[in-house]
Amino acid sequence: MSVQSETTETPDMIEEPQETRRDFLYYATAGAGAVGLGAAIWPLVNSLNPSADVAALSVIEVDLDGVEPGTRITVSWSGKPVFIDHRTEEQIAKARADDTAQLPDPALDADRAIRPEWLVQIGICTHLGCIPLGQGSSDPLGDWDGWFCPCHGSHYDTAGRIRKGPAPRNLDLPPYAFKSDTVVVIG
Amino acid sequence: MSGIPHDHYEPKSRGEKWLHSRLPIVGLIYDTIMLPTPKNLNWMWIWGIVLVFCLVLQIVTGVILVMHYTPNVDLAFASIEHIMRNVNGGYFIRYLHMNGASLFFIAVYLHIFRGLYYGSYKAPREVTWIIGMLIYLLMMATGFLGYVLPWGQMSFWGATVITGLFGAIPFIGDPLQTLLLGGPSVDNATLNRFFSLHYLLPFLILGLVIVHVWAFHTTGNNNPAGVEVRRGSKAEAEKDTVPFWPYFVIKDFFALAVVLVVFFAVVGFMPNYLGHPDNYIEANPLVTPAAIVPEWYYLPFYAILRAFTSDVWVVMLTNFLTGGIVDAKFFGVLAMFGSMVAIALAPWLDTSSVRSGKYRPMFKWWFWLLAIDFFVLMWAGAMPAEPPYSIISLIGASYWFAYFFVILPLLGVIERPSKQPATIEEDFNAHYGKSE
Repeated sequence: MSVQSETTETPDMIEEPQETRRDFLYYATAGAGAVGLGAAIWPLVNSLNPSADVAALSVIEVDLDGVEPGTRITVSWSGKPVFIDHRTEEQIAKARADDTAQLPDPALDADRAIRPEWLVQIGICTHLGCIPLGQGSSDPLGDWDGWFCPCHGSHYDTAGRIRKGPAPRNLDLPPYAFKSDTVVVIG
Repeated sequence: MSGIPHDHYEPKSRGEKWLHSRLPIVGLIYDTIMLPTPKNLNWMWIWGIVLVFCLVLQIVTGVILVMHYTPNVDLAFASIEHIMRNVNGGYFIRYLHMNGASLFFIAVYLHIFRGLYYGSYKAPREVTWIIGMLIYLLMMATGFLGYVLPWGQMSFWGATVITGLFGAIPFIGDPLQTLLLGGPSVDNATLNRFFSLHYLLPFLILGLVIVHVWAFHTTGNNNPAGVEVRRGSKAEAEKDTVPFWPYFVIKDFFALAVVLVVFFAVVGFMPNYLGHPDNYIEANPLVTPAAIVPEWYYLPFYAILRAFTSDVWVVMLTNFLTGGIVDAKFFGVLAMFGSMVAIALAPWLDTSSVRSGKYRPMFKWWFWLLAIDFFVLMWAGAMPAEPPYSIISLIGASYWFAYFFVILPLLGVIERPSKQPATIEEDFNAHYGKSE
C-alpha cells in the first residue's frame, strides 16, 4: 500500500490498520482453506442424498387393466402408498355435488383427477402422516364414503378432500400421467 | 487439575519417576480420583456414577449386539429375532441394552433436576452445565437412532414422524428431510446411516463426559448447601471436603448397587414393560400403527411439540407476524427445541445469588411445580392429541417456559432468601454432629 508516513495528524490515523503483503497472504490462505474444506465436505454430504437406484424408483408404471369400477388398489411409489380409486359414476357425481359444500381445503373434483374415473392420490393423512383406512373391502370409509384416518379421526370424501377432523389439507396428489387407457405413470 | 488445594501425586520409585517424566498419566488419574469433594453431598449426588455405568453398559452391550445385527431393511427385523432366539444369552444382552437406555434417562433426569434445585448451574459451573445439556441432547439423538434399528412398526413410524420435524423447517425443510433420509421416505438408506450414527454418537458422548468431569473438577462440586469450599489453604479445604477416593467411591457404589437391584429386576422380570408391543411387528410402510407414541423419555417434549396447534393465539400471532413462514407445525418444533434451550440458559436466566433451593422459600414451590409439570407433560404426551389432553399439554408447556423465562428472572429480585450456613463444615455438623 502507500508509504507509511512518520507524521501523524490525528490519533485515528495511527490506529488505522495498515494492510501488508503478509495480511494478504493470511486472507488468501484462509480463503483457500475454507474453499478446500468446503470442497472436501460437499461430496461427503452429497453422498447422503438419494442414490441413483433410489432416485430411479421415483417413477413407476402401473397397469390398471382388471381394476374394476368401484375398486381401489394401493401401490408403493417412492416408499409412499398411492391410492388408485376406480370411481363409479355415483361416486363421481357425489364428489361433484359437494364441490360447492363448505370445504376446509376447497378444491373442485375436476381438479383432483385427470380422468374423473381414476382418482390417484398419496395415501398419507395430511395431519400426522398415518395411512387412512378405506382401501380394504371391509375398511370403514368415514362419514363421506371416502377414507377415514383412525389415528385422529380425519374424514375424507370420494374426491379425497378433507371434510372433518384435524387434517389441514386434502390428500396430496402425486405427479402422474396416462401412458395409455390402462397404464398410468406415477412420478 | 482442581482449584481446591490438595495433595498431588509424587512419584517415589525409580520406575514411577521414569514414567512420570515421560507421561504423567498416574498423576492425572491420582488427581482425578483424589478430588476434594464436599463432605455434605446427599444421595442426589450419586446419579453421576449411575450415568457413567449406563454409558459403559450401553457401549459394551451395543458392541456385542452389533456382532449379531444386520442393518438392512430385509434382514434387520429378522436379525433382532435371531438375537432374541438363537444367540446364546442374546435376549438378555438385548434387554439390558433396551432397559439400559431407560435407566440412562431416569438417571439423567434426576441428575438435571438435582442441578436445577441446588443451583448447580450457577457461576462458576455454567460450562459444566452447558456440556451436560449437550450430552443430554446427544443422548436423545442416540436413543432415537437406536430405536429405529430393530425395524419394527414403531421404529419406522417414529423415524417418519421425527424426521418430519425437520421437514417442517421453512424453505429448506423438504430437501433437508430427503438428505437426512437418503430418499423420499424412510428406507434402507435411512436405516444404514442411522446405524452408523448410533454407533458413533456414544463415543462423542464419552468425549463430552470427560470434558464435563474436567470442568467440574476445575470448579469443584456444588453441594446441598450451595456455599463454596474454602480454598484459603489445604487445611481449611480439608475441613469442608473429603477425597473422592475412597469416601465417595464407596458411597456411590453402594447407591449403584441398590439402583442395579431394581434395574436387574426390571430386565429379568418385565423387560418389555417400557416398550411398545407394536415394535415386535415388522416395519410396514403401508400400514400405520393405531397410535404413534415415542419412548417414555421423550414424552414431555413430545407433548410440548404437539401443544401448539394452529388455534393457539401465540401461534396465530407468530404466523401473522412472520407472514405465514412459521406455521403451527414449525412453531411446535421451535417450542420443543426451545424448551431444552431454556434449561441450558438457566445460568443466565436465574438472577438469584443464592445457589441452593434449600434457602429459597419461594423458589422451592415453583421448582416442585416444575417437577410435577414434567410428569404431567409426560403423561399428556402419551395421550391422544385431542381435548382435554391438548389443553393440559398447552398449560404444561406454558408453565415450562414461564418457569425459565419469567419466574427464575423475577424470583431473584423479589425473593428474600433464608439464612445460609457460612461453610460446608457448619452445614455438615448441623446434620451429622461434630466429628471430633
